[in-house]
Amino acid sequence: MQMLFVFIEIIVKCVVVFGCLMLSVAYLTLMERKVLGHIQVRFGPNRCGPFGLLQPMADGIKAFFKEDLTPGRSDKPLFVIAPMISIICGISIFAVIPFGDQFTIPGTNWVVKLRIADVDIGLLYILAVASLGEYGIILGGGSSGNKYGLTGSLRAAAQMISYEVALGISIIGVIILSESLRLTDIVQLQGGGFWNWNIWYQPVAFILYIICGLAEINRTPFDMPEAESELACGFNIEYSSMKFALFFMAEYAHMITMGAVAVTLFWGGWQPPLPALSFIPGVVWFCLKLFVLLFFFIWERGTMPRLRYDQIMKFGWKVLIPLALINLLITAVAVSLKG
Amino acid sequence: MIIPILKGLALTLSRFFSRPITIQYPEQKFPPAARWRGIQYFEADERGRTKCVACGLCMAVCPSQCITIETAEDEEGKRYPLTYELDATRCIFCGYCEEACPVNAIFMGKTYEWVENRRTPLHLNTEKLLEQKRFNP
Repeated sequence: MQMLFVFIEIIVKCVVVFGCLMLSVAYLTLMERKVLGHIQVRFGPNRCGPFGLLQPMADGIKAFFKEDLTPGRSDKPLFVIAPMISIICGISIFAVIPFGDQFTIPGTNWVVKLRIADVDIGLLYILAVASLGEYGIILGGGSSGNKYGLTGSLRAAAQMISYEVALGISIIGVIILSESLRLTDIVQLQGGGFWNWNIWYQPVAFILYIICGLAEINRTPFDMPEAESELACGFNIEYSSMKFALFFMAEYAHMITMGAVAVTLFWGGWQPPLPALSFIPGVVWFCLKLFVLLFFFIWERGTMPRLRYDQIMKFGWKVLIPLALINLLITAVAVSLKG
Repeated sequence: MIIPILKGLALTLSRFFSRPITIQYPEQKFPPAARWRGIQYFEADERGRTKCVACGLCMAVCPSQCITIETAEDEEGKRYPLTYELDATRCIFCGYCEEACPVNAIFMGKTYEWVENRRTPLHLNTEKLLEQKRFNP
């Protein structure tokens, strides 16, 4: 009986989280278009439903009814499997994100923990799955039999590998501070007010994480793999219909998970900013913080131009990795001196 | 490098909170300029008929030769256009017809929205030109 309840709980949590994530992905596309529109002193999409709120549905239906093309010279199995890899990795990172504390179902003593899986190597899992997601982009561009696609995926490979290093090193600082890879522990340690958040102890690591994260999800100013003006869309040039939509959804899902990891590691996860505000559920705080971060991702996209390829490489190897190493060294020395 | 980025972020944020300058076309329309030359219209006389006396000056001056007039006389011996046809598919909206008209019968209007799915409705005759008057008070 116990087993059955656990099973039901897991399934319900999976479905709810998956549904919420997909809904957020859909509305993140709308939010991006709206915010970018307002930054450029125009309205975003506002024809489909009130304030354009039905636009994601319209986009989805449109993508669904488009013709699904597979180029004749493509490597067909890889071509089909690449978007699947992308979307699976984009979504499955969310499995270890703690998006809230626990609560007891009223009338029973059944405690529901608001995370799908409480893995003790959660951070390692995130890094592993996030880099697995890059295979989707690399294989997708390489298998489409198109020179632009191939160039895009080559750039993606080079860029992601370079920035992954700095990303990993910047996170180690947080791991040293919290002495755990379990995300729940990392969040618990940051409880009791916003002054306990890791961002105050690891500000450089936070900035490095955001920069490298943007590079890893191929967002402006690091959107080299899909540079429209040079590569005519880059790695996803040959994709159409639902396959393209999957790539698109994967990109936004990855953006959300990137933000969620940043919130968990640096902004105290679901912890309220002030202890007095703890009557508001943790999920609300988590979503609020995530929203702020996602707004920043869109805001900086509306601000910054795309970097040149050599600038990206130079910035990654000559600036970010040394900075991350210095940050790691200082953190390690400080922690060991403190005892 | 950091200060320019922050400046840029501040600029985009201030733009984000400013009002969009978009004119949402079907609902809001941009008023044409004072010298705008749109679709022509006929000025009517006191009996509701056209003031045109079919002198043929507009036909002569029209650079794209889109005006054809057949002249007739009414019972009072006054000339009037039996048929006045302005082929708007060929008209270049130069406004010479308005300038040439000695009796101030034809004017360039302000209308710029005109869509048909065939060519024949785009030929303006006397009735249509008189009807265009109501878009140009």
